[in-house]
Amino acid sequence: MHRNRVRPVLTIGVLALLALFVAACGSSDDVTTDSTTTAAAKTEQPSPQEEAAVADYRDYLEQNTGELAAETKPFVAAVVAGNVAQAKARYAAARIPYERIEPVAGAFGDLDPRIDAREDGVPADEWGGFHRIEKALWIEDTAKGMAPVAKQLQADVEELDQKVKTVDLDAVEVATGANELLAEVSGSKITGEEERYSHIDLVDFEANVEGSLAAFEAVKPLLDAKDADLSGEIEADFKMVFNSLEPYRRGNGFVLYTDLTKADTRKLSIKIDTLAEKLSQVPAEIDNSGE
Amino acid sequence: MPSKTSITRRRLLASAGVGAAAVGLGGGGFLAGRESAEADSTGTGIVPFYGAHQTGIDTTAQDRLHFAAFDLLTEDPAELRELMREWTRAAAEASEGEMVGDVNDVPLAPPDDTGETVGLLPSRLTVTFGFGPSLFEKPGLGLAGKRPADLQPLPTLPGDNLNPGESGGDICVQACSDDPQVAFHAIRNLARIGRGVVAVRWSQLGFGRTATTSRSQDTPRNLMGLKDGTANIKSEDAEAMERFVWIGEEGPAWLRGGTYMVTRRIRMLLEVWDRASLLDQERTIGRHKYSGAPLGGSDEFEPLPLEAQRNGHPLIPRNAHVRLASARENSGARILRRGYSFTDGVDESLGELEAGLFFISFQRRPEQFVEIQRRLGQFDALNEYIKHVGSALFAVPPGAAPGGYVGETLLS
Repeated sequence: MHRNRVRPVLTIGVLALLALFVAACGSSDDVTTDSTTTAAAKTEQPSPQEEAAVADYRDYLEQNTGELAAETKPFVAAVVAGNVAQAKARYAAARIPYERIEPVAGAFGDLDPRIDAREDGVPADEWGGFHRIEKALWIEDTAKGMAPVAKQLQADVEELDQKVKTVDLDAVEVATGANELLAEVSGSKITGEEERYSHIDLVDFEANVEGSLAAFEAVKPLLDAKDADLSGEIEADFKMVFNSLEPYRRGNGFVLYTDLTKADTRKLSIKIDTLAEKLSQVPAEIDNSGE
Repeated sequence: MPSKTSITRRRLLASAGVGAAAVGLGGGGFLAGRESAEADSTGTGIVPFYGAHQTGIDTTAQDRLHFAAFDLLTEDPAELRELMREWTRAAAEASEGEMVGDVNDVPLAPPDDTGETVGLLPSRLTVTFGFGPSLFEKPGLGLAGKRPADLQPLPTLPGDNLNPGESGGDICVQACSDDPQVAFHAIRNLARIGRGVVAVRWSQLGFGRTATTSRSQDTPRNLMGLKDGTANIKSEDAEAMERFVWIGEEGPAWLRGGTYMVTRRIRMLLEVWDRASLLDQERTIGRHKYSGAPLGGSDEFEPLPLEAQRNGHPLIPRNAHVRLASARENSGARILRRGYSFTDGVDESLGELEAGLFFISFQRRPEQFVEIQRRLGQFDALNEYIKHVGSALFAVPPGAAPGGYVGETLLS
């Protein structure tokens, strides 16, 4: 059931929120920058609890970009060496940490498209990153010509690892990021579009939900103070979503997307929608601006 | 062979009496409403079919759509000519609120007209025909020499996620009306008339208009709850219509007074959109949700403040839909949008609403659309919530005069 928990804040109009929001935006001039700056207004002085939430999430973020840089290395090495089998075997491990924190990567200009663009998302001559290599390995069955793409990918994930250390975050943005990760699941994982050559979409699916849970857990103490019932429901729904993935787990990974029936994806999709509807209430619940 | 009769809906009703009553037409009231209806005001009148331009382009947008793309099953030019003659005649009859065909009261013959509009008003039906690029690639038709350079399949555009089964087509028919059954009736009867010569490739129902094409109309909302088409070309703006919509001297003789039609089936991820905060929704589009005013403004029709800054950042985000779609960002190019909301039940593999916008635009050159969509497909913040799953391009020939037929300029 959708229930809007937050009471309307009548003293703050959308205009005022907008002004605050614009002030809070990043500063890159790139046209893609705005796409993930989705949080609501920032409070001028974060409370100690808010600071703790952000610090908690920042640890998770940096841990994952570090892991991304580390796990991309052997993948890139295999691609550069032209070892298709080895590169394929290393691909998923590099994807997981990225999929956990992707909305933050989106805040840095064209870094996200450079790392993660799909074939139809950018002009052909600009296409690089994970999915360009994925296509070479799985469709073209070769790593030929991919060495420069792989080296650029390594440089890009290392740049991301450095840049996240300076990213300006607030608690509402962390909560919004949790929702964006579930939007990723609904928009491109459950449809099999993200990993359209390797079909490891369920690996990304789980990573997105893990990242969403980590962001939620960071802000959970703030939500507990406002609406403990909602907080409990969301926790239970996260468990439900993880449980629904279990039948598809095989070894370290999952069955391929192409092995799923429409009934399978439908079941998973409905679970995500159930969780996400509740999770989408959190940013407004924990927002303290104007109070 | 039964002799041809010409019992039209009007005559059937005018003769009134037992026959009309027996089929439950409620005679007098229907006649009164039918005769007094004004073409463009009440939504019940007649839009005259014949004219220099085809109808359904600059016609004040009706509320409902049924669109169909057909594959041509023949390469005999005579058969194609005959089809367009018959279709023109039927479209003109249906536009007038008449029954289609001649044989509608022979007891042992299936009626020509399928009958579901008997008793309904003309409801501003328009029927618009277009020819796809693939029509010109059928050697038997001998049309290759008449193919306009502009009539090429649309290039692959960023974000395209097209299903071939919902794309393309040799011939299209756009039926618009303020009554959904009248629009459906037109497509159904044309498909029946064309049986054996054409087959429906794909079709789309649209349940609500999402564009304003006249200053007399309020701006409708699309399924995202947003006003759509505020900055659209209005048919009263003759200069803009000439400049951006109607093909002139630059086109081949057969296409002058016509236009190019682009259709895009755009699936909206409504479940995801509905979970986005109001602020996110408004920044995605670049307008306030309820007033339709540009961000920071208060009136729907005030100009977009594309240069405006607040605290050193653009008031309208760089990737906001209205900014990227604006004429200023697209070398001044504008298009006439005439789209409809659709829903086709539930997406079987997601358990989510299969719904969105059936985008239709008319433009003098396909490039006008391509330039805009190239930018939108790559940068538009809205891409997080939509997918382009169907696409088609058609050359829409000029209108026909009474006694002639649509497409005559190409096929004769």
